[in-house]
Amino acid sequence: MIEVRGLVKAFGQKPVLRGVNLHVDAGEFVALLGPNGAGKTTLLRILASLSRPTFGEVRIAGYGLPAQASAVRQRLGVVSHQPLLYGDLTAEENLRFYGRMYGLQNVEKRVGEVLDLIGLRSRRRDLVRQYSRGMQQRLAIGRAILHDPEVLLFDEPHTGLDQEAAAMLDVVLRQVAARGRAVLMTSHDLRRAADLASRIDVLSKGTIKASWQSGELEPRDLPAHYRSVTHA
Amino acid sequence: MPEDAIPLNPSGASSVAMARPAGRSYLRAVAAIIWKDLAAELRSRELLGAMLVFALLVILIFNFALELDVRTRATVTSGVLWATFAFAGTLGLNRSMSIEKDSGCLDGLLLAPVDRSAIFFGKMLGNLIFMLLVEAMVLPIYSVLYNTSLLVPGLILVILLGSFGYVAVGTLLASMAVQARTRDVLLPILLFPVVLPVLVAAVKATNGFLQNLEASEIMPWLNLILAFDVIFTSVGFMVFDYVVEE
Repeated sequence: MIEVRGLVKAFGQKPVLRGVNLHVDAGEFVALLGPNGAGKTTLLRILASLSRPTFGEVRIAGYGLPAQASAVRQRLGVVSHQPLLYGDLTAEENLRFYGRMYGLQNVEKRVGEVLDLIGLRSRRRDLVRQYSRGMQQRLAIGRAILHDPEVLLFDEPHTGLDQEAAAMLDVVLRQVAARGRAVLMTSHDLRRAADLASRIDVLSKGTIKASWQSGELEPRDLPAHYRSVTHA
Repeated sequence: MPEDAIPLNPSGASSVAMARPAGRSYLRAVAAIIWKDLAAELRSRELLGAMLVFALLVILIFNFALELDVRTRATVTSGVLWATFAFAGTLGLNRSMSIEKDSGCLDGLLLAPVDRSAIFFGKMLGNLIFMLLVEAMVLPIYSVLYNTSLLVPGLILVILLGSFGYVAVGTLLASMAVQARTRDVLLPILLFPVVLPVLVAAVKATNGFLQNLEASEIMPWLNLILAFDVIFTSVGFMVFDYVVEE
């Protein structure tokens, strides 16, 4: 589903990604960990076709980037730490707008399904700017899964959420992953990453330095291993 | 939240039907962006309110600054009008793109599986509607304050064509400027030198219609505006993708 080979990204003379190789299969939930400035968001923005790679090959669901970006975007859902929603529109209007942008045929039906799924049907006519951060993030997930994408990218989706909202988000993330989609999530939360993901990759200094399958490491040992990788 | 709410889809294939014809999807995306901008503005009235207040202030300042006789006033009307439209338009263009950038919504638009020129046209036409609305409100007020009749059909055509060219290049440059920290300052600095041919031609054509000049004297200016409208729209269509992508 996600194939990255020798990916290099430089901003001017400054390289951020220095030859990233990554593979995420359908049904896999990969958590991408790494310190600030490691290049996690840059990698996700390239996979989301929001940024062009300097060198290297990127394929999503069989389509190459940047040449087949439109086909990739059709199969991609993205949730970032910003909700990508319009505060002056209601939840329903936001989803309806994105449904039209994605060319969905039965927008009203799908919007209703997604509102049920994220538990916001009763608040569908409220303006998004009146929502709490947790509700906005649930709606952001609704926006990302509106067109039923095959690949989902989550960029630190738990940022700014309280415990309850984060737990609710975990439920949605598990549901999405259970559908056989390829999921790549960046995070700073080691415990949560270990809990949710089927594989953990560590990105440091622009390359993937370590990769552990779920069960390969005890969750309590993860911080020590993570530190040894990122401080090496 | 209901845990069993997502219907499992063992095939893994997407279960949501998409509209296929590319042309229809393109127009649908353009219309969706215009609808979204209008619906959001109808609620907040931030953009139109700011543009209108600014335009009225500019007209009032000129009104007090140019204490001239009626005949002299008639000769400066076109300049004052287009200066007002240009300043108010810059405010609207900046605000329209800031709304997209501040909440990360520009990324949301860029993630949609449509040709990115559809985003350019959607934003451009939305900006054009806002600018025309402000102009429609400013014209009668100007007529009263300056004691000049502006109900000239030719003038409406000039305003339509001039505003189109202005928002075409303005939307493109606002998309560039919005990426910078100094976007409020950057847009006028980028925009006014580029849009100058349209503004000069619009001032001349407006003056021609208000002074009842011969069509042969006005047409070259109208043709010039039309040519720049085509050039600016084509450039926006071709380069918008490169402007917004990192």
